[in-house]
This record gives sequence, C-alpha cells and structure tokens, in this order.
Amino acid sequence: MNKHHKRRIYFLCLFAAGLTLAAGLILYALKQNINVFLTPQELVERRLPSDYHFRLGGMVKPETVFHEKTGLGVRFIVTDLKHEVTVHYTGVLPDLFREGKGVIAEGHLNQNGVFIASQILAKHDENYMPKKVEKAVYS
Amino acid sequence: MISFIGPLSLLAALFFSLIQGIVPLAGWWKQNPYLIACARPAAWGQCFFIFLAYLFLTISFVTNDFTIAYVAANSHPSLPLMYRLTAVWGAHEGSILLWVFILNLWTLVFSLLPNRSQLMPLTIAILGIISTAFICFLFFTSSPFLTASGFSQGKDLNPLLQDPGFVFHPPMLYTGYVGFAVTFAITQAALIRHVFDAEWARLARQFAIAAWCFLTLGITLGSWWAYRVLGWGGFWFWDPVENASLLPWLTGTGLIHLLLLTEKRGAAKKWAVVLATCCFALSLTGTFLVRSGVLVSVHSFASDPARGIFLLGLLALLLTTSLILFLVRQPSTSVFSFPLLSREALLFLNSAMLFIAALTVLLGTLYPLILDALDLGVISVGAPYFNAVMAPLTLILMLFMGLAPRSRWGSGSLSALWQSSWKKMLGSILLAIATLWATSEGFHFAAFISLALSFWVLSSLSGSTRKLPGMSFAHAGFAILVIGIMLSSLLSQEKEVRLAPGNAAKVGPYQFFFIDTQGIQGPNYRGIRASFDVVKKDRHITNLYPEKRIYTVRDMVMTNVDIHPGLFRDLYIALGEPLEQNAWSVRIYYKPFIRFIWLGGVLMVLGGLLSLTRREI
Repeated sequence: MNKHHKRRIYFLCLFAAGLTLAAGLILYALKQNINVFLTPQELVERRLPSDYHFRLGGMVKPETVFHEKTGLGVRFIVTDLKHEVTVHYTGVLPDLFREGKGVIAEGHLNQNGVFIASQILAKHDENYMPKKVEKAVYS
Repeated sequence: MISFIGPLSLLAALFFSLIQGIVPLAGWWKQNPYLIACARPAAWGQCFFIFLAYLFLTISFVTNDFTIAYVAANSHPSLPLMYRLTAVWGAHEGSILLWVFILNLWTLVFSLLPNRSQLMPLTIAILGIISTAFICFLFFTSSPFLTASGFSQGKDLNPLLQDPGFVFHPPMLYTGYVGFAVTFAITQAALIRHVFDAEWARLARQFAIAAWCFLTLGITLGSWWAYRVLGWGGFWFWDPVENASLLPWLTGTGLIHLLLLTEKRGAAKKWAVVLATCCFALSLTGTFLVRSGVLVSVHSFASDPARGIFLLGLLALLLTTSLILFLVRQPSTSVFSFPLLSREALLFLNSAMLFIAALTVLLGTLYPLILDALDLGVISVGAPYFNAVMAPLTLILMLFMGLAPRSRWGSGSLSALWQSSWKKMLGSILLAIATLWATSEGFHFAAFISLALSFWVLSSLSGSTRKLPGMSFAHAGFAILVIGIMLSSLLSQEKEVRLAPGNAAKVGPYQFFFIDTQGIQGPNYRGIRASFDVVKKDRHITNLYPEKRIYTVRDMVMTNVDIHPGLFRDLYIALGEPLEQNAWSVRIYYKPFIRFIWLGGVLMVLGGLLSLTRREI
C-alpha cells in the first residue's frame, strides 16, 4: 500500500462519513416534517391522536364564511360533499380563498372537533382543487 | 395566416435539427469531413426558423390575433403592450418555444467560437438531437399555433404574471437551464471522441459558468418576484418548482468548481462527466416537474398527461444513452492524490457536498410524488425539512469556503492554514457576537454560527480580490446572502391586524397610520387603493399605497403590495380583505436586511461574469 492508496482511502472514509451523516440527518428531518393530507371523509374514517398536525383539504362550503366582529378570526366549513369540518383561522386569508373553491388548511383538531388552522395555503390558480377532493366531488 | 406559417417554420426547423443531429455524427463515424462540416450551417438554419416561429407568435400577440388559441387563452386587447410581449412565454406552449429558441441561441453562440477540433461539430450534433426532441415535443403535444374560433376577446394573461419581475425571470431561468445542455453536449462529445483534454474541461467550464450566471440571476429574480407579488413577504418557500430550479444550481455550482480541478490538474474526469450529466438531467427534471402537471403549485398552470409522459420518456432516454456512453467510453482511471487541505481537495470536497445537498433537496421534492404514485397516501414535505438538512450542509460548506482563498495547489498543511487564519476566525466570531448583541435580544445559536461563518468567508477574501476577482465576488455574494437570510428571518416583525381609516399599528420601530381608501381603475383591472402614513418617532418616513385589484377578465383578486425598500430594512404592507365598518385586514412587515439576499445573488452573478472574462489561477 503506497502513499497514493492511503490518501485515497482517507478520502473515501471522509466521503462515506459525510454521506452517512447526511443520510441520518435527512431521514430524521424527513420523519419530523411530513404533513399528511386528509379530506373530511378520511377524517371521519380515521381515529387521529389529539393534537395531530395535518393538512385538511376540501371545498369551502358556500355561505358558511363568517368573520368575527373584532379581530381577524374567521370561521368556515370545509366539505368534500360527504362530510363537513368547521375550520377556525385567525389572520389574513389568501386572495384565492373563495366560497365554492378548493382550500388547504394546516393545523389540528380541538376537543370540539373544530379544526384550528395555523395556516391557509395559497394555491395560486383560480381553479385549484386538491386532487383527492376533485376525485370525491366529481365522481 | 400565422396558424399556417408558424407550424411550417417549426417543421423546417425540425428538418434542420435532424440534419444537425444525425449528419455530423455519421460523418464522424465515416471520418468524412464534408459530412462533419454540415453541423454549423444546419445549426444556423435551425436557429433561423425557430426565430421565425418565435417572431410569428410574438406578432400574433402584438396584433391581438385571437384566432390563435394560445393567444386567446393568454392575452386581451386591454393588456399593456409590455405584458403582451412577455405573455408569449406566459403558459406552457410558448415557454417550450422559448426553451427551444434559447437552446438555439446557445448553439449559435457555441458555433461561432473559433475552434478547430472535432469537439465542436460533435457538440453541435448532440445539441441538434436535444433540439429535435424538444421540437417534436412542441410540434406534437403543445403547438402554440393551434387555431381557435369564436374569440373576439382573449382570456387575459394570469394577473400573477403581470409584473416587471416576470418580464425577466423565466427567460433568465430558461437560459440557465438550457445552458447546461451545452455543457452536457460538450461532455458527451468528449465521451464519443474519448478525448478528455484541458480544452474539453475549459470549454465545458466556460459554458457552465455562463449558464450558472443566468440561472443565479433567474432564481434571484424569481425570489424577488415571489416577495413582491405573492403578498406573503417571503423570499423562498421550498415550493417544488423553486426546488426544481435550485437543483441544477447546486450541481452546477459543484460542476464549475470541479471543472477547474479537471482543467488545471486533469483529475476527477469521471466525476466531472457524471456531474455534467446530472446537471442537465436535473434541468430536464425541472422542466418535467413544472410542465407535466404532477405538481400543484404557483407555476404549473396547464397540465396534460401526454406531455408529462413525453418529457419523462425523454429524460429516461437521455439518462440511459448517456449512461451507456459513459460505461463504454469512460475516461481511464488515473491515480491522483493531493494533501487533505490543498486547493484540489477543497474543490473536490465542494462538488461532493453540493451534490449531496442536491440529493437531499431532490429527495424532499420527489418523496411526496413517489408516495402518491404508489398510492401510499398524500403527504407534503414542509419547509422545516429543507431548512433542517440544508442549514448544516451550508455551514460546513462555508467553513471550507473560508479556507479556499488561502489554499494552494498541491500542498496544504493544517498548521500553515491555522497560522494564517486564526486571527480572522477569532475576529469574525467577535464580530458576530457584536452584531447579534446590537440587533437582537437573547442568544440564537444558529444565527451566531451562520453570522460568524459569513464574516469568516468575507474576511478570508481580503488580499485575494485582485488575483481571484471572480471567486471573491461570488463567495462574498454567498456570504452576504446567508447574512441576509439569517438576519431577516431573525429580526423581521410581522403583524396581521384589523384596521379602519384613522387607526394605527406599530410594527418594529415604525407606526403605520391608515389614512383612507379610494377606488382606482387600471387598463385591465379595477380596485381599491389604501393610503398609509409611516412615522418613526414623530418623523415622517414615507407614504405607502397598497392596493387590492380585481382583474376583470379572469375575475381574479390580486393583492398589490407596497414596499418602502432600503438597504437595511424594508417596510411592506399588503391589504387583506374588506371587513365590516370600512375596516380591512392588513398585513404589515418590518423586514431588516432582506435586500442583502438579492444583493448577494447579484454579486454572485457578477463574480461568475468576472471569472468568464478574466483568466484566473
């Protein structure tokens, strides 16, 4: 084994160590940061642990959007035409949030079965409908 | 008329691209110089006809020719002329035409280079093959020249795209993407010839740097556009489409460093070939992700499964042929060795780390798609994943970045490096502590580390600006970018409030007074403009006029934010929605150091341009 080979082995070891570290970090980070996407229908079928953080997708049921008198609280119903979930959100709604259109909310369910949204996702396409919801609504 | 001559010029271009792709390769096979010499004229012919097709589409936008379906879907008589010119690439068909047009411009530039070796005609042939595939894609699945009937008015351009940032963002990004096609083609030509000399490495590197400059500028512009237009005050969302542009950037950055090593030392040739291939494959993946409709995001508007399958097939074909070519004609293994902290080792390490970074981003981007395809549930990978994996990688990278200017070719000892840099290290740590102490309360470990490393990178550049101007600017730009990201995320303040005229909100050291609202009427929209008075300690700073617009043709609501920019802080107001009693929901941001992000991007581009024009050692 000469000098060249030794150096090569050093490099390979370094590379392998880096790769392992990266792989470990990646898998850990991936496990921590996955958001499951559920429709109201699936919400009923599944039993979720309390404080389970997920994304709820569906259609904003027409004539259910209700702004609170003070502050920025807003309440509306998300439906997939089979089941409904009431959503509460505090903050500014995105431009494309409209009654009868698709919406994705991120957050968790509280004890009363109300979905507390921490974020309403802005999907910037006026005809946007989550794929799953589209399937549910149009089939 | 145009619906007839448009496709005709595409067909003519297809004809020339076939000649450009096949004849020189056959000529090389038969060693026939006449056939090889066909490469350049064929490339020019193709370029001419693609230019004609592009011109025809532009003319139909300018003249509001709504018999063309693509124009009818993306324009309107009331659309301002500037946006009618840019609407050409406002949707799928036109942007693929732009892609092919840019590929032809790159080929043109390449074919005009004074170069006598056979590398050139072979490269042009490979570019011809790529171009053939994309012209087929354009012609058969997404022709922009299809006719429509019954439109007296168009459906207008998507209002999100009616913005100055959009004028330059897609062409710059595409020029970057497509530029890597040239590097790829040069590398494939080298594989075919089985000659991996310094000329190959230098040529590949020059085009990689040029493409990288455009890509960097494109991403920077895109981030600036997202900041202003999407109304969320963010500069990067880890949206799959943004990731698609970051992937070739990461591998491309690795590639331009690695090719320097290959050019100067003749080392790591195999790795350079692989990386060049990955770069272009990731550019194609980006095009596939954006254009196939597998993603739902800001950018993927139109979708059609046939297009996705075509692009996926193209990607698979490209990867298999280049893999086979690589296995059959790969460069011979040569034993090289260098000390652990020599410049060679650092350049190699850089490319390896950036490649790993690209893989992690790719994993996070494709993971949801793979699960969805296998019917294992619909999930999304959030921004925290990307931040968690990219932050440590970036910081390790910056640690080595600070060593780069002091490193030497062929030698490197830890003690010599330590001697020349410990003062700077200490200085940057102290400076980071001082900065944090002056700007924020509490101690943030991540912010401290990244600031210290950024200052370390900046300080290491002193004394090397004259010898290595390109590298100095690019590295300084990166450090400033990191400072901008860290400080703006640490110090920015955000408030969402319910405000009626006469009310005020305090964000950061600034008071925002809501004065009144008034109706406005634009060429293709109507809306409401609010006026705000911004005051800091009884001193008037500025007036801000955020707007809420309704684009009448598409009946689409848009937030038009108003920003008071400054080098050290931005003030940013976005109107939410009207509530009862004249009140509005309003989103106000105070964002220190956010401009550093784009300043860093521009500096990096400048560095790239400098290293293109000046020879460095």
